[in-house]
Amino acid sequence: MKFVAHVEISLKPGLLDPQGAAIGGALPALGWTNVAQVRVGKYVRLELESRDRDTALAQVKEMAERLLSNPVIETFAIRDVSEHAGPAYEEAPA
Amino acid sequence: MSGGLPRIGVITFPGSLDDRDALRAVRFMGGEPVSLWHGDRDLRGVDAVILPGGFSYGDYLRTGTIARFAAVMEEVRSFAAGGGPVVGICNGFQILCEAGLLPGALIRNRQLRFVCRWIDVRVETTLSPLTGGLVPGDVLRVPVKHGEGQFVAREDELRRIEGEGLVVLRYCAPDGAVDDAHNVNGSTGSIAGVRNEGGNVVGLMPHPEHAVDPDVGATGGQAMFVALLEAALERVSAA
Repeated sequence: MKFVAHVEISLKPGLLDPQGAAIGGALPALGWTNVAQVRVGKYVRLELESRDRDTALAQVKEMAERLLSNPVIETFAIRDVSEHAGPAYEEAPA
Repeated sequence: MSGGLPRIGVITFPGSLDDRDALRAVRFMGGEPVSLWHGDRDLRGVDAVILPGGFSYGDYLRTGTIARFAAVMEEVRSFAAGGGPVVGICNGFQILCEAGLLPGALIRNRQLRFVCRWIDVRVETTLSPLTGGLVPGDVLRVPVKHGEGQFVAREDELRRIEGEGLVVLRYCAPDGAVDDAHNVNGSTGSIAGVRNEGGNVVGLMPHPEHAVDPDVGATGGQAMFVALLEAALERVSAA
């Protein structure tokens, strides 16, 4: 079966995030003075073949632990793993 | 070993930039440079290995992440496990951290900007392939050039790094004082280089290979290459 997984990777809370700080510093220029904090992370979308959803989830978890994130500096969250029937992401009609 | 010179391997990954300078520095300092390729499964009998600076695999995902899966890294891992001297410079440091051969990680510079200039580093321990023969407190002038050199580690890991004397170099003032003003990228504890427990693997953000020839600037890298050649020689005689 074909699945689509969405993985979100974030810098750990205690770590200084210079990208987030730079964006946070720029927002007031647009009038957004109400933003207390900005953190920048990564989003990874995976299309994969697996026996079932539980297997897909376990596989994505291992990928996230061993490659997509660095446990020294990052945490990850698997936002969704669901069956994928449609065309590939790149081929999606405009 | 051939011709009595210690043989120092320099690995070229796709995107390595400083491999040529590292090879040249080895030759300049009296060693025999050996060019190694990321796809090799053979270190060609070298006595020490350098992972040079650059932007291997375009820094995709994280710096050094993809390079750690290169075929040659299995060889580097077993060479290091056997006590062989391994040096990671800049991107090479990032690769060694990602490979788990060194503690910690390198993230974007605190000030967000790429930094390219001459700096000073203070030697913290002589138990590394780059600082043998030096004295703790010695100050070396070398260049840095990186966008992601801010050293960080988990709190427990950091205690271990500091507690077990794994810090090899710290950014400092010309007189050796460590302060925030000279912390060029915001690294935790001004850490510029660390080693492993065994003392045979070392990583650093500054570039000793750009600082050996007096014709092109300061020569703070000379002492580190002298130490590396010595570490490589010791390995030869121990074998």
